Amino acid sequence: MLDANPAYRQRPSRRMRDILYSESFRTAIYQIALAGAVGLLGLFLYQNVIENLQRQNIATGFGFLREISQFEIGETLIEYSSRDTYFRALVVGLLNTLKVSAAGIVLATLVGFCVGIARVSNNWLLQRIATGYVEIVRNIPVILQVIFWAAVIRNLPAPRQALDLWGTGFLSNRGLTVATPASDPAHLWMILAFVAGVALMVAGDRWAKRHREATGRHVDILWPGLALIVGLPLLVWLAFGAPHAISFPERKGFNFAGGSTVSPEFVALMTGISLYASGFIAEIVRAGIQATPKGQVEAARSIALRPRFIMRYVVLPQALRVIVPPLTSQYVSLIKNSSIAVVVGYPDLVNIGNTVMNQTGQAVEAIAVMMLVYLIVSLVTSTLMNLYNRLVAIKER
Amino acid sequence: MTKSTSTLNAGDPVISLHNVSKWYGQFQCLHNVSLDVGKGERVVVCGPSGSGKSTLIRCINRLEVHQEGQIVVKGLEMTDNIKSIDAIRRNIGMVFQNFNLFPHLTVLENLTLGPTLTRQMKKADADELAMHFLRKVRIPEQAQKYPLQLSGGQQQRVAIARSLCMEPEIMLFDEPTSALDPEMIKEVLDTMIELAQSGMTMIVVTHEMGFARTVADNVVFMADGRKIESAPPEEFFGNPREERTRAFLDQILKH
Ligand SMILES: Nc1ncnc2c1ncn2[C@@H]1O[C@H](COP(=O)(O)OP(=O)(O)O)[C@@H](O)[C@H]1O
Ligand SMILES: [Mg+2]
Repeated sequence: MLDANPAYRQRPSRRMRDILYSESFRTAIYQIALAGAVGLLGLFLYQNVIENLQRQNIATGFGFLREISQFEIGETLIEYSSRDTYFRALVVGLLNTLKVSAAGIVLATLVGFCVGIARVSNNWLLQRIATGYVEIVRNIPVILQVIFWAAVIRNLPAPRQALDLWGTGFLSNRGLTVATPASDPAHLWMILAFVAGVALMVAGDRWAKRHREATGRHVDILWPGLALIVGLPLLVWLAFGAPHAISFPERKGFNFAGGSTVSPEFVALMTGISLYASGFIAEIVRAGIQATPKGQVEAARSIALRPRFIMRYVVLPQALRVIVPPLTSQYVSLIKNSSIAVVVGYPDLVNIGNTVMNQTGQAVEAIAVMMLVYLIVSLVTSTLMNLYNRLVAIKER
Repeated sequence: MTKSTSTLNAGDPVISLHNVSKWYGQFQCLHNVSLDVGKGERVVVCGPSGSGKSTLIRCINRLEVHQEGQIVVKGLEMTDNIKSIDAIRRNIGMVFQNFNLFPHLTVLENLTLGPTLTRQMKKADADELAMHFLRKVRIPEQAQKYPLQLSGGQQQRVAIARSLCMEPEIMLFDEPTSALDPEMIKEVLDTMIELAQSGMTMIVVTHEMGFARTVADNVVFMADGRKIESAPPEEFFGNPREERTRAFLDQILKH
């Protein structure tokens, strides 16, 4: 309407007005204002903290990371002693966090998928049991569950009366001790052979796909592939003269000798956080399967696809799209939940960070380091999952 | 498959339903329905909503399981034998009201899935076949798009092409135009008319009475799970025998 007024159109400020009233200009202004406000708040907090620390004569900065820690850690993936630095102690903690999280994610995913599929099964009993399981593990606070498993393990018999797992290992209040092959140079080569077997199977799968596209004939490479994966290491093992020495755990004094032991703290924490997550994952899986419309299966049936092709090419690809985003947040929350390790004494990042903090008094820096690490780990996890999801996203207009 | 041809004599119906009954729990939704469809014959099924039209044609390719009576397709009886179910399904295409295209696959992949997995065709041959039928339904240029990027009418034509790629002898349509905007109904009906002219055996559930008049050899009227009346279109529309048929036609042809 204003445009219709020639007098208005000739005003020199017209261009200026266009900019002032444009949507992009407004958006930019709000963002600059917000960034400024956040910056000011940060500066205020920072100065406040620095002043307080100086008043209490506490050194600031990250120099303490290079000092000697003077404490031992019960469970380490890399070499570490009390003569190492705080930095190395924190790395040990981080690796322990990653270890328990990785194992937890695998267990939670396996249990979650099984229970989720059981939730939609036609077997009434199985479905009831799965439902009951989900309700229990989801609705009890995770910290209680971890303490529960710790208590269960603590109440297992001492090594002297350990439960004998049919000669292969022991379950006791010292954790799970199992027989493992005595170390031998053949093992490295067997691992390499295994990797080669997997690589060959992947290559075979690609070949089978091309072969199918070229000739229309299906070659099922599942069994030959599995044979390769099992067979190659076996051949290597035979070539090395079949070294079969196995280190069996034995009762020795108040503990075991030989075999490998998983600590009770690790088992309790991992079981607690992964079963807790498995309840949520089961629900996610159930929702994913049920989200694939019935019509999809009917359409696939009416072009005479076999049931396993329907699952593989029609249902699963669509269900996974629904499953992956919420699954990501379960993985991230499982990683964060591992930080309750301190209640069972498992030396994770927070547990060790806490000790570092108490010894050095540098709470702000120690907490900053821990927050940064969790942030990075969580972001990496969700970035990987998002990438996967983008790869398989449904294209709409 | 050999059995299906050996027991079939010339002039025998390709689809034969004999006293088919079906229950959902306590509720009987099909009552002793019998129907014969000859080769190249076009049957239109109509009737009020909930009268069992969908259930009837879904029994023919066993998306639903009937409890009594016989369904014979090309001399092969539909039982729970997976071999015969497979053989019958290969021979019957089905088009749904909601298209039911696979949203995660391109149009071309939607079309080649059946030929490559079920018919074990080479990918190149399957692609060629798919393009052939996409040209038939007049949307070859959409081959690389995803279903949800197309209009409803285009999606339904892709669905028809997907069924045709199995090169079936029989096509079932369950209200193929009911989910479409008016301006798209014609393009789908045109495709179906061309298909009819090519000699395809078709059973079509629809309320498009114009289509029934031009294409059908026989119009079947169903109500309450029963086949009430069946007649060629001139007779069906001009001189319906049953009171219920007349009431239904009055209602549907009023506007
Ligand atoms: N899966 C089902 N479970 C229970 N009842 C059903 C189911 N499918 C259809 N029905 C019932 O069967 C009857 C026939 O349905 P349908 O064949 O879809 O009718 P139409 O296609 O003629 O509208 C309806 O009363 C409907 O409510
Ligand atoms: Mg219907």
